[in-house]
Amino acid sequence: MSSLDPAGPQARSIEGLWDVFWWVSIAVWSAVVVVHVIAIVRARRQRRRWGEADPTHTHPAQTRRLLAAVIGASAITVITLAGLLVTTFVTGNALAALDEDPDPLTIKVTAHQWWWQLDYAPGSPDAAAPTANEMHIPVGRTVRLLLTSADVIHSFWVPSLHGKRDVIPTRTNVLLLRADQAGVYRGPCAEFCGLQHANMTITVVAEPPDVFARWLATQRADAPARLAEPALHGREVFLATACAGCHTIRGTHAGGRLGPDLTHVAGRATLAAGAIPNTRGHLGGWILDPQAIKPGCQMPPVRLAGDDQRALLAYLEALR
Amino acid sequence: MTEPAGPSFTARAEVVERELGDDADALAASDAEAARQLARTWGRRRGVIGWLRDTDHKAIGRRYIVTAFGSFALAGVLAIVMRLQLARPHGQVVGPDLYNQLFTTHGTAMMFLFAVPVMQGIAVYLVPLMVGTRNVAFPRLNAYGYWVYVIGAALLWTALAINSGPDAGWFSYTPLAESTFSPGKRVDVWAQMVTFTELSALAVAINVIVTVLKHRAPGMSLDRVPTFVWASLITSVMVVFAMPSVMLSSTMLAMDRLIHTQFFVPAEGGDPLLWQHLFWYFAHPEVYIIFIPALGFISSILPAFTRTRLIGASVMVMTMVATAFIGFGVWVHHMFATGLPQLGQSFFTAASMLITIPTGVQIFLWLATVWRGRLRLATPSLFVLGFFSTFVIGGLTGVMIAAVPLDLQVHDTFFIVAHLHYVLIGGAVFPLLGAVYFWFPKVTGRLLSERAGVASFVLVFVGFHLTFFPMHVLGLHGMPRRIYTYDAASGWGDLSLLATIGAFVLGLGVLLTLGNAITSARRGRIASGDPWGGDGLEWTTTSPPPAYNFLHLPTVRDRYAAWTSAPDQPVVSGVRADRPELLVTRVMDAEPDHRTELAGASVWPMLAAVATGGLFIGSIFTPWAVIGGGASLVVALVAWFWPRPPHREEMLEAKP
Repeated sequence: MSSLDPAGPQARSIEGLWDVFWWVSIAVWSAVVVVHVIAIVRARRQRRRWGEADPTHTHPAQTRRLLAAVIGASAITVITLAGLLVTTFVTGNALAALDEDPDPLTIKVTAHQWWWQLDYAPGSPDAAAPTANEMHIPVGRTVRLLLTSADVIHSFWVPSLHGKRDVIPTRTNVLLLRADQAGVYRGPCAEFCGLQHANMTITVVAEPPDVFARWLATQRADAPARLAEPALHGREVFLATACAGCHTIRGTHAGGRLGPDLTHVAGRATLAAGAIPNTRGHLGGWILDPQAIKPGCQMPPVRLAGDDQRALLAYLEALR
Repeated sequence: MTEPAGPSFTARAEVVERELGDDADALAASDAEAARQLARTWGRRRGVIGWLRDTDHKAIGRRYIVTAFGSFALAGVLAIVMRLQLARPHGQVVGPDLYNQLFTTHGTAMMFLFAVPVMQGIAVYLVPLMVGTRNVAFPRLNAYGYWVYVIGAALLWTALAINSGPDAGWFSYTPLAESTFSPGKRVDVWAQMVTFTELSALAVAINVIVTVLKHRAPGMSLDRVPTFVWASLITSVMVVFAMPSVMLSSTMLAMDRLIHTQFFVPAEGGDPLLWQHLFWYFAHPEVYIIFIPALGFISSILPAFTRTRLIGASVMVMTMVATAFIGFGVWVHHMFATGLPQLGQSFFTAASMLITIPTGVQIFLWLATVWRGRLRLATPSLFVLGFFSTFVIGGLTGVMIAAVPLDLQVHDTFFIVAHLHYVLIGGAVFPLLGAVYFWFPKVTGRLLSERAGVASFVLVFVGFHLTFFPMHVLGLHGMPRRIYTYDAASGWGDLSLLATIGAFVLGLGVLLTLGNAITSARRGRIASGDPWGGDGLEWTTTSPPPAYNFLHLPTVRDRYAAWTSAPDQPVVSGVRADRPELLVTRVMDAEPDHRTELAGASVWPMLAAVATGGLFIGSIFTPWAVIGGGASLVVALVAWFWPRPPHREEMLEAKP
């Protein structure tokens, strides 16, 4: 999760710009500090040698030389800044160059306190593949993100791929990005959004196009219907308790929209927007007491009898 | 000039040559009599009531400075708690609810209750002394401003103490700060406190502007105004343009929350980005409102410790004006991630880089001054010299985040936390601490301990870099701001721990200076009127100055008034000693124009501030407070502005 570890063309051109600014900054800072130190040493020596000065004396010749140096340094500043400005604009245009891709993959991203809702193929219900928090993208293809928020302002940011873009309610911001290397890239929410701002991670999985196509096909499908015990009982528990009020599992009548779509939850690597790994122990703890893991989050604790709890976990783990 | 109309203007003040040598005894006797009269006129009454009535700029200025440092210390404690929480992954010191209150209150207090008021308090104290007059132009307004400020400070700290501290960030972005997402009173406290303290900032700004423009010593034409006074004037003009924007927006936010207007509610057609524009239109100039006085400190301290005039003092003033002007045109660089059009962003990138140029010129001029001078190292000059290497880093990271592509990566990360502290602590607090060591003897009559001062400088300098330099790296490695916890896998733990250790060193350094101030105020070495060989008029009077500042109102022949004062330098005569009169001079050339009599001390400004406080704080709970508080305020203002009875000769002149 570092902006200096790019995996896409945009993050790479920003890193290039960073290198320019970094070396210019090192040069400027060193120059100032060297002059500064020499001036201090010199001025202290002058005081030791000559004693207190008469402050009203203006030293006209020396002052003229120093003013010329000030003017020269200022001119260098102006030229350096002009150079940096041009470099910045060139990079800005490079970032926008992805606009020209004729066939981007469009994903609608809706931010919630405190998770990311993802809709592949928005606008075509047949191809819809709603999921959450873990975004798979094909390597090498431009991805067009339509960013909007259901509540407050959030910010979408995956440092290895691109800079951040705010996610603002009632607006749709467009962010184009592309991954050139397969890998898992994480990104924290980058606009303070309330109690669980710290636990709102988006995970981007960039994978080869064929792997991505298989993944997308899985996501489009309904939840697996053929289940063995205890998962079968677990489905009854899910549908009978508070779970179904907030979560959708396509293929069942659980159609809640307050929380993430769980149709294929077992396929995700993490839970609760990156707060915990998706293992049976963490999942059980999360259901039992989410407020201990993400204090203030919208999910209420769901306390079940031991058998029901085990069955529910088995069911959720079956949702691949 | 038209002939002044009122009876109190009939006798024009004039500049007279004081004939020294002739009749020295008679002169001394008349001086002693004048001093007695002036002390009666300008001194304050004894007791608590006298303290509450006081309108002397030095008393008000001292109170501002002490209160502001109180908030600085408290907000610093909050920072230490935050650093403890972040020292290791999954910190358990505080939970998210308290953490959000901590960082919101830390930022709010540092900006609204410390940085601006402390700079303004120093201006209130020093400006009348530096321009050679006896008080600010509107002493009662000045007292009102202080009381308003102290009530605002009490509101914020009380709210935090009872777990009602604001928790939506010091920037209170909507819609998070709207009542839907931030129920309760926390954000109301924030909004009203902001409106409230900025009222006080405006009161000081108006006072400084009029005092500088109309009450300068004869001879102090605009080109001879000391650099710090220029800095205060420029800052005050910025306050007048910037603060109304935040007062407007915080009031709109309070109305959204309290009486259900919809200015920033997106669901009702309000615009959350409107909030950001209004807020940053204020909040970016705010940085320069804090920084420009620091330029004034440096420009006052360097000449005294290098024993030479500032090179290019007029250029320095012009660059300050340029900074102030451009400072109003860069606010969108806080909003690059919101998705504004690229062309508009390019404009703000260019403006944000442009503002580096005047700052660069300032640094070059100071370096040239040191080069020409004969440097004496003492705590004030150490802090100023520490400023250079530190602030330049903040300036360079500022250029980085002016570039949209880089900003999109580091915006809202710890890189920005590092940048803003390099600018505000390196750029403003270092010179401020230097200024504290520099002017403390003037204010208290005693010197701060040099040994503790040097130790404090070393701790502050080392601790500061240890705390904030690693944050650049953390930000580049993806650590966002305002998170109360992070995972061990993020790899942010080690540098965070280093920053926490640095914070303790920094805190120790600040504590050493605070302790130094408290002990030295009572037991420090007695200071002469001019312990450093300073160049300003403030060094020509005693330490601490008498209530009336100057026995004889001075005249000036140069920017460096104290250095260039002739043995037979004329003084002003004709300003009465038995009434609180000020000399009014002309804006450009500071030629004497007329005299004006100030309103005396009064308890009503304090009571008016209490009524204002009742209005604002009460309105959080009931709209009726606006009516009740408004009515009380009217009563207090009527009493405040009640005309004084006419003087005897005014009655005589009024007769046909």
